[in-house]
Amino acid sequence: MRAPLEIGFDYTRSLGPTLSQFMTALAGRRILGSRAADGRVHAPPFEYDPVTFAPPGQLVDVGPAGTVVSWSWAPQPLEGQPLAHPFAWALIRLDGADTAMLHAVDAGSAAAMQTGMRVRVRWAASLVGDIRDIACFEPGDGPGQPGLETTGPETTGPETTMITTPVRLHYEHTASLGESSYLRALQDGRLLGQRCPVCGKVYIPPRGACPTDGVPTTDEVELPDIGTVTTFCVVNVPYPGQRVTPPYVTAAVLLDGADIAFQHLILGCEPGEVRMGMRVRAVWKPRDEWGTTPENIDHFRPSGEPDAPYESYARQL
Amino acid sequence: MTDPVVADPVVAGSGVADAAVIGFAQSPCVRRGDGTTSGVEMLVPIFQEVLASTGLARGDVGFWCSGSSDYLAGRAFSFVQAVDAIGAFPPIMESHVEMDGAWALYEAWVKILTGEADIAVAYGFGKSSAGDLRRVLALQLDPYLLAPLWPDSVSIAALQARLGIEAGAWSEKEMAEVAARSRAAAVSNSRAQLSGEISAEELLDRPYIAEPLRAHDCAPVGDGAAVVILASARRARELCARPAWITGFEHRIDSASLGSRDLTTAPSAAAAGRAAGAAGVEVAELHAPFTHQEIVLRGALGLGDDARINPSGGALCGNPMFAAGLARIGMAAREIISGRADRALGHATSGPALQQNLVCVMEAQ
Repeated sequence: MRAPLEIGFDYTRSLGPTLSQFMTALAGRRILGSRAADGRVHAPPFEYDPVTFAPPGQLVDVGPAGTVVSWSWAPQPLEGQPLAHPFAWALIRLDGADTAMLHAVDAGSAAAMQTGMRVRVRWAASLVGDIRDIACFEPGDGPGQPGLETTGPETTGPETTMITTPVRLHYEHTASLGESSYLRALQDGRLLGQRCPVCGKVYIPPRGACPTDGVPTTDEVELPDIGTVTTFCVVNVPYPGQRVTPPYVTAAVLLDGADIAFQHLILGCEPGEVRMGMRVRAVWKPRDEWGTTPENIDHFRPSGEPDAPYESYARQL
Repeated sequence: MTDPVVADPVVAGSGVADAAVIGFAQSPCVRRGDGTTSGVEMLVPIFQEVLASTGLARGDVGFWCSGSSDYLAGRAFSFVQAVDAIGAFPPIMESHVEMDGAWALYEAWVKILTGEADIAVAYGFGKSSAGDLRRVLALQLDPYLLAPLWPDSVSIAALQARLGIEAGAWSEKEMAEVAARSRAAAVSNSRAQLSGEISAEELLDRPYIAEPLRAHDCAPVGDGAAVVILASARRARELCARPAWITGFEHRIDSASLGSRDLTTAPSAAAAGRAAGAAGVEVAELHAPFTHQEIVLRGALGLGDDARINPSGGALCGNPMFAAGLARIGMAAREIISGRADRALGHATSGPALQQNLVCVMEAQ
């Protein structure tokens, strides 16, 4: 079985003294570089001199125009890149700098690109103090963007000390053959594990290989929906997206016949009543809500049977 | 620094060897495998294969080290489930690097040099097909100045390729010749993803995908795994008739700032090669995911026309992320173990535009 897996996270990063100056200046439509001990100007600035390892002194203004040192053509831009239509990636040596900056050039076509060509900054519509304040570069010399060149450097705003970088990645997650059987069986209300052919242990959900013997598990074993709490914790901390109001209990439930416990909710009693060895039974959602997911089991509740003796689950703790 | 192996690099390659590669196995490189991102399905058969080739059992292995990436898998601690493929009971000594398995091999080698293990296994695995590899690799870049722009791996390599073309260091024709030679060599490699006889002229007729790169200039995206077994001097000879003795093992890194280094060279590869004693090897397996990078590496490592390059077809014919570098070392070792060479070099790279380079020089003794 395969299904889309979307990953998203907004990384926040502190900038440190040098990049903080650089990003703050971008928000004021200025690009800064750092001068190395050998006299070369690096733009973007280094944080530590690559030769002497000293932090830079006073940063210096470079650009806003520069020269293309190398370029490649991106006929089908990818998500998140500076432009949504075909563009060139380029290494651009800004005027006054000795090193190059990587950015996009909005050139229209590959035929319009050439090493040595002059390009100038196109600023983003709103400036926040990160590298994307430079929307891209465009062919041409001079300040560009009529109406902006007369504006000059904006009044220096508040210092930028942090940046936020949203990251969105898209995957196709593949379940293993054993996991796929397990998920399909859940759709029919069955709990399917697999037995290791060497040690005989039963794993649910099935794993790609027996973690004890390193061999694929193949024999399928149907397990009952009743088992024993081996260990548990009482959740008292609220968090975003939480489905149950604290306090509640999550527990490791060892199904009868299984050799590994899996985690689930214990409801239907006071959290304080849950204990190691407590016998519990699955409470299934209504059948018309079942899918290929362990969420078909809403939770486990006490079965009312006498507690299992410690020795019966001691090896699964 | 009294250990002769890690002392002054000028003694590297002098013949002092405390560990040897005694086994190697690799899964088929495929565009999209059936397995999970845990790598277990790819690893179980190659662990069995490599252990059988040496007569070792799992319990004989004193140290295990893996190379893989959570970004490739799209989930945290993805390498932990791979340990299932080992069968980690009773408990094992195990480690992981978020790098190509070649760097896991380096850690395993150090473990043997310290005397803490006599047999060590390094493995790498990657299901590159799970996500959009070109975007995923943007996240290895400088997180302040580069990654927010999402420059993709192919576009960055294309910037490097053009610099060399316009400087006269290589040509599109020479790049196509690298691709053609690699694919022809891969015909004899049953684990390769791409292979076949095709001329450079035919390849040059095909369109650019990121000018000046064509599809043949770029390693294919694919899934795979590789495993290498190391043994101490004490054990290597009893386990392998012709061990590949490691006489130099070094890695170096260049600046992460793409615009401040000369991308037509790879100083870190040159430095690693000098320290490891790369001069005079008969055969080299180079981890060059782009055609022009093989040319850069040949120059940086000082490999002459008499050195055979990538008899396996190299990464251009199969580049499973986090396994392809380790596979280069394994393939180079196999040249020695099989008796086809007396001195061989395996190379691995990581990062954009050959930023990080590792060189392992092996000899028959």
